[in-house]
Amino acid sequence: MVGDRPLLDARGLTKAFGGARALNEVDLTVLPGEVHGLLGENGSGKSTLIKILAGYHTPDAGELFVNGREVPLPLGPGEPQRLGMEFVHQDLGLVASLTVAENFYMADIAKPSRRFFVSWSRRAAQAREVFARYGVTIDPDATIDGIRPVERALVAIVRALEGLRRGSGDEPTLLVLDEPTVFLPENEVALLFDLVRQIAARGSSVLFVSHDLAEVRQITDRVTVLRDGRVAGTVVTEQTSPRALVNLILGQELQEMATVEQQQLDDQSVVLQVHDLSTRWLHDVSFDLRAGEVLGLTGLVGSGYEDSVYAIFGAIPAENGTLVVDGERRDVAAMTPKTAMAHGIALVPGDRQNTGSIPTLPASDNINLLVLDRYFRGGRLRQNDLDHNAQELMAEFDVRPARPDLDYGSFSGGNQQKAMMAKWKQIEPRVLLLHEPTQGVDVGARQQIWTMIRAATATTSTICASSDYEQLATICDRVGVIARGRLVGFLTGADVTKERIAEYCLRSSADASVTALDGSGG
Amino acid sequence: MDDGGSRMTSDQKVTPSTGEDPPPAERRRRSVLSGKSLEALALPIAWVVVIVIFSILRPGTFLSSANFASILASQAVLVVVSLALVIVLTAGDYDLSVASVVGLSANLIAILNVNYGLPVLVAILVALLAGLVVGVLNGLFVVLVQIDSLIVTLGMSTFVSGIVLWITGSNTLSGISNDLVRPVIVWRFAGVPFEFYYALVIALVVWYVFRYTPLGRRLLVVGRSREVARLSGVRVGAVRWGALAVSSVIAAFGGVLYAGTSGAAGPTSGLELLLPAFAAAFLGATTVNPGRFNPWGTVIAVYFLVTGITGLQLLGAQSYVQNIFYGAALVLAVSFSQIVRRRRAVRAG
Repeated sequence: MVGDRPLLDARGLTKAFGGARALNEVDLTVLPGEVHGLLGENGSGKSTLIKILAGYHTPDAGELFVNGREVPLPLGPGEPQRLGMEFVHQDLGLVASLTVAENFYMADIAKPSRRFFVSWSRRAAQAREVFARYGVTIDPDATIDGIRPVERALVAIVRALEGLRRGSGDEPTLLVLDEPTVFLPENEVALLFDLVRQIAARGSSVLFVSHDLAEVRQITDRVTVLRDGRVAGTVVTEQTSPRALVNLILGQELQEMATVEQQQLDDQSVVLQVHDLSTRWLHDVSFDLRAGEVLGLTGLVGSGYEDSVYAIFGAIPAENGTLVVDGERRDVAAMTPKTAMAHGIALVPGDRQNTGSIPTLPASDNINLLVLDRYFRGGRLRQNDLDHNAQELMAEFDVRPARPDLDYGSFSGGNQQKAMMAKWKQIEPRVLLLHEPTQGVDVGARQQIWTMIRAATATTSTICASSDYEQLATICDRVGVIARGRLVGFLTGADVTKERIAEYCLRSSADASVTALDGSGG
Repeated sequence: MDDGGSRMTSDQKVTPSTGEDPPPAERRRRSVLSGKSLEALALPIAWVVVIVIFSILRPGTFLSSANFASILASQAVLVVVSLALVIVLTAGDYDLSVASVVGLSANLIAILNVNYGLPVLVAILVALLAGLVVGVLNGLFVVLVQIDSLIVTLGMSTFVSGIVLWITGSNTLSGISNDLVRPVIVWRFAGVPFEFYYALVIALVVWYVFRYTPLGRRLLVVGRSREVARLSGVRVGAVRWGALAVSSVIAAFGGVLYAGTSGAAGPTSGLELLLPAFAAAFLGATTVNPGRFNPWGTVIAVYFLVTGITGLQLLGAQSYVQNIFYGAALVLAVSFSQIVRRRRAVRAG
């Protein structure tokens, strides 16, 4: 079904911002019915390219052909849609408090119409039909914040498709998915991929923008890799090894990080005991954390696995449970971040933009937030010392650029995450709690963060709540699987592999009452 | 606060000739550099321009030192109230009750001193304590009951002005002891009454706390994101509560100056200060350290506004010009600071 005449053919796209070239003679060809990947690290030019296609940016040079016809650049407002292009961005553009049907027909409501009355029951029925056509079952009357993240993504995508279908009839169209999976748990991505495959099977093309290698390999027919604003290569996915792709992305051999030799930890002292932890989602979770251990906690979405780290830190309310830390017994329900920190516990939350840091304040203020009192000497805060401290930490954790005066929000995802690690390192935690430490982080920074976590085991024990199985397999000594709020067992030793974790998660959620594999509850 | 300035000089030292492309964040930073320093200076420049214009139009009266001394002193209460507001705004809350606390404080002093013959010092202490009580009550509802500060302080403002009407019997009381009037308005340094310097001292203290203490940084962080602050071990409730309480006490101090300035207090004393204080706080956030509420910016904003009004009145404008000026200034200042903030947010991407 992959035809010869390209649906989209961009040639020599070039765009400079203030003298630096964000895009340098980039060619991109998308064939009809093709799922085309656009890969690259943060800052490689992916967003600039997409924004030119969406009409946000005016390129300095370059030509664009759609269905063989040349289209003058820049594209005006609404023109990409008239040409049969639609975009779904990370944030999806849905209104959380409205229903699925209301979101679905938002464009119709926004249009001036002679019809005063809108029959929502009919609209809901229509939405249900449309969803069914794409093999998606979502209740049109549910509100957006009441459905799962992946379902939100599906609503946004189907909405974009329907908009295109009504606009251009049966002309081939191009759906651009801009990092659609970043906020999705890994185990839900499959649903999204089913939809993408269907779209391609109907003859439309999908441009799949991502920095996730595994996903791109799974879903795309061909991949264009950008590096430093240039095309590093366009390859057929099937014929390209992961290693070759990584080399295209990074432009150098990536040092392979061997999966850690699982440590023998039974003789290590217990740093933290968790007894019968219950939250809104968790029930009676108990485990021990040993000195130097990296313990993964995972499960399917909705299993509540991520609650564990937040509850231990006192960030969310616990209903029940006790902690033993430093030989002291503590009621989890009475934990606050302040008491947790006093016990040497640190939490790097998964949502670094909203709960981890303040994007509108300089990196220095964000990194130094925990240690302000150390720099209050002689009646005043030593700002130079604070900046110096931040700069040293940024250099140590390879946060680029190492400029403490820049607003935190201006750094890329990977650098933001590294800065958060640097911030919490300063209290020298004995227990480091992490939630999705490499979400939305480019492949190079991902490796660095993993190396940091492993390097810290000399002094720190870590609990990493994540649904990124590859990550867990890479950094964890032991992985606990939570299904429907209950800790159903641990994978240890040679079982700590991506495949085994995935299998265990799926199997145990299918039957949450299944007895734990090794019976260990901590 | 001058950290905007020091950051800027460190920017200028950056030498981009390393041969490799700077990362995007840096590129953006450099391209807005000149814009940012201009932003910080816009209001002081506008102030100077206004002074020059009026000096040319009314050379005899406007430029006289007596006129300047009167401008500086007459707005001391407004400076104090604006500074009280800046503290709460920095912590991310509103305090609409500051102006009514000025009235409460001034009237308590008048009643205790004139009707009951209590010494001025005792009356002042009672007035400050009353301010503290109002602030603590605000904090109780905002922090413990978790009601939006806008609502709580709106209600508190009307509640307090009701109390004032009650205790004054709707009468203006004059004849406050010279023990208060003298150190506020009679004693002068460099031709300017002492009350101006009291306001400056408050500005100095707020500036010191904001810039040089961990507490000031925590206040800022709480104002930007309560969740980030909480997860970093900051006691968010205590900080917000403290900000509301301190702001009320400072407003009560404004009431002390108010009573000392006129030697009298009446049922509606101080209420006219609410809108100018908001205008000054938001206008102040566009200068010195753009994008942040800051004490010196607020002081400059107060005097910029009052210079404009005084000048227009010298040109013959009626007193309504005051309302027009303050009302427009508030909306424009908030619009402007929103634009500044949005630009920063875009830059932060």
